Amino acid sequence: MSARRIGALLLRHLYVWRRHWPAWTDLFYWPLLDLMVFGFLATYLARSQNTPMFLGLLLGALILWDLFFRIQQGISVSFLQEMWTRNLLNLFVSPLAMTEFLAAMMLFGLIKIAITATMMAAVAWGLYEFDFFTLGPALWPLAVGVIVFGWAVGTVVTAILLRFGPSAETLAWSLAFLFQPFGAVFYPLSVFPEWLRPALGLLPLTHVFEAMRAVLGGGGLDAGRIAWIFVLDAVYLVGAFAVFAVMFRGSMARGALLKAQD
Amino acid sequence: METVIDVQHLTKIFDGNPAVADVSFSVTRGEVVGFLGPNGAGKTTTIGMLLGVVSPTSGAIRVLDRPMPRFRREVLARVNFSSPYVSLPNNLSVRENLTVFSHLYHVTDPPRRIRELAALFGIEPYLDRITRALSSGEVARVNLAKAFLNDPEILFLDEPTAALDPDAADQVRTQLRRMQRERRLTIFCTSHNMLEVERLATRVIFVHRGRILADGPPRDIVAARGKASLEEFFVSLARETSDGAAS
Repeated sequence: MSARRIGALLLRHLYVWRRHWPAWTDLFYWPLLDLMVFGFLATYLARSQNTPMFLGLLLGALILWDLFFRIQQGISVSFLQEMWTRNLLNLFVSPLAMTEFLAAMMLFGLIKIAITATMMAAVAWGLYEFDFFTLGPALWPLAVGVIVFGWAVGTVVTAILLRFGPSAETLAWSLAFLFQPFGAVFYPLSVFPEWLRPALGLLPLTHVFEAMRAVLGGGGLDAGRIAWIFVLDAVYLVGAFAVFAVMFRGSMARGALLKAQD
Repeated sequence: METVIDVQHLTKIFDGNPAVADVSFSVTRGEVVGFLGPNGAGKTTTIGMLLGVVSPTSGAIRVLDRPMPRFRREVLARVNFSSPYVSLPNNLSVRENLTVFSHLYHVTDPPRRIRELAALFGIEPYLDRITRALSSGEVARVNLAKAFLNDPEILFLDEPTAALDPDAADQVRTQLRRMQRERRLTIFCTSHNMLEVERLATRVIFVHRGRILADGPPRDIVAARGKASLEEFFVSLARETSDGAAS
């Protein structure tokens, strides 16, 4: 047993920390997110012990959250797969426009979530007797709300992958989770400190999950809130495309497209 | 003679370092140009700019009479690229890969085109095999089949026979020569294999440190320097310029 060799291997991983910032996410990002999600959830539970539909609220939130997460991955992980298989340059030197690439990945994401959501709804019904379709017609605008925001986040992640290459791979898996504690996914906006609420209201997810809880709680669908979700989604999507265009031009200037798969 | 590639005063600077420095050349239809130089000479950056995936710092590029990268999509529909360092998705079958790229290039009747190219490049036996199960020689032929899907007017090749054994490399060269003759194809090719360049290229452009040091038919270039072969010429020029830079 050589302490020196053990030290050498430790050093090998510490060297990575020195210049590879995504490696730090394991240390801070995930533990912090876990702490926040479960901290807020516990606060919510402590305040509302008599909530009769808690299981339904949680499962409904979980399914809608998964739509958001999968649709984001539908874009950014598909891009990563082109990097891993060293196919990116073949695509870039074909007449394919990046808008076409993004559109294809958005559609692919839709196919994936159609399958995932059906499976999750069936399992939730079979195991917990929770009928996701209790949401009725409200389901569609809420689903659109999470899908479009997922597209926007997926587009930004892809833009970052273009700029930084595979070293930013962790983002493809982790960025969506940044919105979990702050998007009022598993607990209402009222759980957050009052000073934070206006800022969280700028996230479409906050309104989607608030609307979901209102509908599952027996209330109606607030048309004003739905309109606000669509406005926010449109702003984020346009912003995401703008970020992508800037990053794409920057990648061409730096020659990053030639090296994106190295 | 119709000019299909026209490069004027092309410069590309990365972080203050010129990768390509004031390079000018033109290529006419049907030429087979070997674009040579040591590692870091600026070959890949130049090809990247010709293909519109790297934007020049200054200078002008016209490919098929269209300015690049402004008309990149229009141009890219009429050219193609193959490199052993770029792969087709290895979890798809050869036929699936060629079908995907047929659609990307708007090929009419993809199944027919794939059958034609499969016969031409001898890849019929493994059309339905997963790409990762192929040998490097087979992959090189599949890559070439992909590069001919859109019947390109210009073919950009980066080290076309790297990682191939001499027999497989010879087969690839033979196929390329035949396609070039039959279709009056223009080939712009980088290679470190000087024997290959002598056999394939009608003209050689030698670059070093981002500048063109020699341009002409391989035989003339070798004769002008009093060398026995292109390989000898390459080594002497690369060392000469390196020594010059070092002293």
